[in-house]
Amino acid sequence: MKKIIDVKDLYTQFGANVVHAGLNFHINEGEIYGILGPSGCGKSTVLREMVMLQELSGGSIEIFGQDVTNISYDDAQELRKNWGVLFQGGALFSSLTLYENIALSLQEYTELDKNLISEIVAYKIDIVGLKPKDAYLYPSQISGGMKKKAALARALSLDPKLLFLDEPTSGLDPISAREFDKLILKLRDLLGLTVVMVSHDLKSIYDTLDRAAIIDNKIIVAQGKLDDIISMDNPFIQTFFKADI
Amino acid sequence: MLSKKKLSFTSSFANNRLDFSLTGEINLYTLVSFEKELESKLRNGSELSLNLDDITSIDSASAIYINKLEQTFVEKQLAFSLTCKNEQVLNTLKTVHVMHLDLEEFGYKQPSFLEKLGEDAILRMKKFVEFLSFFGQISYGFFYLFKHLRSLRYKEIFFEINENAIKAFGIVALTSFLVGVVMAYQSSVQLKIYGANIFIVDMLGISIFRELAPLLTAIVIAGRSGSSFTAQIGAMKITEELDAMRTMGFDPIAFLVIPRIIALMLMMPLLIFVSDVTGLLGGMLVANLDLGISTSLFLDRLNEVVAAKHFFVGIAKGPFFAFLIASIGIFRGLLVKDDTQSIGINTTKSVVESIFAVIVCDAVFSIIFTNVGI
Ligand SMILES: Nc1ncnc2c1ncn2[C@@H]1O[C@H](COP(=O)(O)OP(=O)(O)OP(=O)(O)O)[C@@H](O)[C@H]1O
Ligand SMILES: [Mg+2]
Repeated sequence: MKKIIDVKDLYTQFGANVVHAGLNFHINEGEIYGILGPSGCGKSTVLREMVMLQELSGGSIEIFGQDVTNISYDDAQELRKNWGVLFQGGALFSSLTLYENIALSLQEYTELDKNLISEIVAYKIDIVGLKPKDAYLYPSQISGGMKKKAALARALSLDPKLLFLDEPTSGLDPISAREFDKLILKLRDLLGLTVVMVSHDLKSIYDTLDRAAIIDNKIIVAQGKLDDIISMDNPFIQTFFKADI
Repeated sequence: MLSKKKLSFTSSFANNRLDFSLTGEINLYTLVSFEKELESKLRNGSELSLNLDDITSIDSASAIYINKLEQTFVEKQLAFSLTCKNEQVLNTLKTVHVMHLDLEEFGYKQPSFLEKLGEDAILRMKKFVEFLSFFGQISYGFFYLFKHLRSLRYKEIFFEINENAIKAFGIVALTSFLVGVVMAYQSSVQLKIYGANIFIVDMLGISIFRELAPLLTAIVIAGRSGSSFTAQIGAMKITEELDAMRTMGFDPIAFLVIPRIIALMLMMPLLIFVSDVTGLLGGMLVANLDLGISTSLFLDRLNEVVAAKHFFVGIAKGPFFAFLIASIGIFRGLLVKDDTQSIGINTTKSVVESIFAVIVCDAVFSIIFTNVGI
C-alpha cells in the first residue's frame, strides 16, 4: 500500500506550551484516517501543519512523497491543488455566493468554459445535499449545517485526491450527519480519495474510519485499526468509547 | 506531479462515424485538450464512438462532460456509443449526472439602470433615516446615563481615552509642528518682500488657533480612531459578538458607543491644545531662523495682537468634531453586513464621511461666529 502522508517525529510548541512531543504515524492511499483526542490536544494543529498553514517546531511531514517542511513555492502551489480542506468553521468566502465559492478554483486553475463549470458546480452542490437554489445565497444567509456542506463542495471542487476534514459532522443534524458519512464513503470509493478526518462524532467514527490515531497529552497513545484501539487501557479511550451509542 | 499526467488520442473516421479513443488520465486539466481535439475531428451530423479502454482514471468534471456529450448526441438523434473496460471509470460515469443551474429559474434577473438608480436612492434615504435613529439612540443613552451616573462605564472610557487620545498625542503634535513650519516658511517669503516680518505672528496665531489646529486634529483623529471604531465594531458584528452582548443584557450603546463618544469628546479639546502649542512652536522656529524674530518678541506680539477668543473658539469646536467622528465611525461599524468586504468599504466611508462632516460643521461654525461677531 502506498503511503500518502508520512509524519515523523512531529514536534509542536507555542511559546512554552508544548502541544506535540514527537508524533509518528502514516496514512495510506484510499484510507479514511481519523485523528482523535480530547479538546485542545492539537488535532486541528496537526491538520494545519499538514496543509502548510503552520510551521512545525520539529520533525517532518511528507505528503505524496514531498517534504512539506522544505518545499519550493511552485511545488507547494501544485501540491495544494491535490487536496481539499474543510475547516472547522467552514471558512467560506463571505463576500462570494456559494456558487462563486465553489467555482473559484475551477475558474482560476482550469481553462474550462463557463457552461461546463456551472454544471460541475451544480453537480458538487447536488452531491453534498444542497439544493440548486442555494447556490446564489451568500454564506451569511445559510444555516451552519448548510455552510458545512457548501464548504465540503468547495473542498471537492478540483476533485482532489486527498481530503482534510476538521469535525465535518459537528453542527449537522443526525440525518445529515449520517448522509455525510455515506457521502465520504461513496467519494472514497468513487474517486479513490484518501481522507484525513478529525471527529468527535462516535457514530461517524465507527461508520467511516479505517484506522485512527489518538492524541492525548502531547503524544499518540494509540493508533491502528479501530477495534484494536477500543480495547486499549487508556483513560481517555475508555471514557470516550464507553459512551455507548 | 499528479495533475500533470498526459492524455493522448487516436481517431479514425469511417462511414460517417468517428472512432475516438483516449489513453491516459482525463481530469480537469487535460479535459480541455480532449474537448478541442474532439471538436476538430467531429464533422457535422456524424456519429461518435468513444473508446475509453485505456483510460486509467477519470474525475467527476470529465464524467459530466462525457455525459453531456452523450445527451447532445441523443438529442440530435445521432448514434453514440461508449466502450470502457475499467470498472472504476464506468462507475464514475454512471454516478455523475448532469445538472443545470439556471439563474432565471430562481427569479434572478439583471436590474435595469432606472431600477438600480431608484434602489440606490431609496437605500441612501434609508441610511439617513437609520443615522437619525442611531442619533436618537445615542441621545437616549446619554440621558439615561446622566440619570444613572453610576452605570457609566468609567473603565471603558479610560481605556478609550488611552487608546484614542493619549496614544495620539505624538502624531497630532508632529503633524501640527510640521504644518506650522510649512505655513511659516511659505508666508515668510511673501512677508519679507514687504518687510512685514512681524506680521507672521498675527497670521500664524489666528489661523492656527481658529482653524488649522482643530481641523488638523480632527483629520488625524478621523483617520486614526474613526477607522478603528468602524473596523472594531464591524468585526464584532460579523462574529456575532454584538448579538451575544445583547442576549446577555449588555447594551452595546452603553458598553461600546457611549464610552467611545465621551472619551473622544473629553479629549479632543486637549488634543487641539497640543496641536495649538506644537503648531506655534513650528512657526516660532521658522520665524526665529528665517525672519530673525526672537522667541520673546514672538510671544509678546502674540499676547498683544491675538485675542484669547480665537484660542477658545478653536478649543470649543473640539467636542463637536469629536462627536461627529465618533458617531459616524461607530454608525458605519454597525452598518457592516455579514461579509468581510463590507468592513473595508465601511471603514473607507467612515473616514471620508467624518472628515467631510467635520469640514461642513466648521463652515457652519464660521458663519455663526462671524454673524455673532466673535
Ligand atoms: N496560534 C496558536 N498560538 C498559541 N497556541 C495555540 C495556537 N493554535 C493552537 N494553540 C494551542 O494548541 C493547542 C491545540 O489546539 P488545537 O486547536 O489543535 O486543538 P484541537 O485538538 O483541534 O481541539 P478541538 O477539539 O477543541 O478543536 C491548544 O492548547 C491551543 O491553545
Ligand atoms: Mg480543532
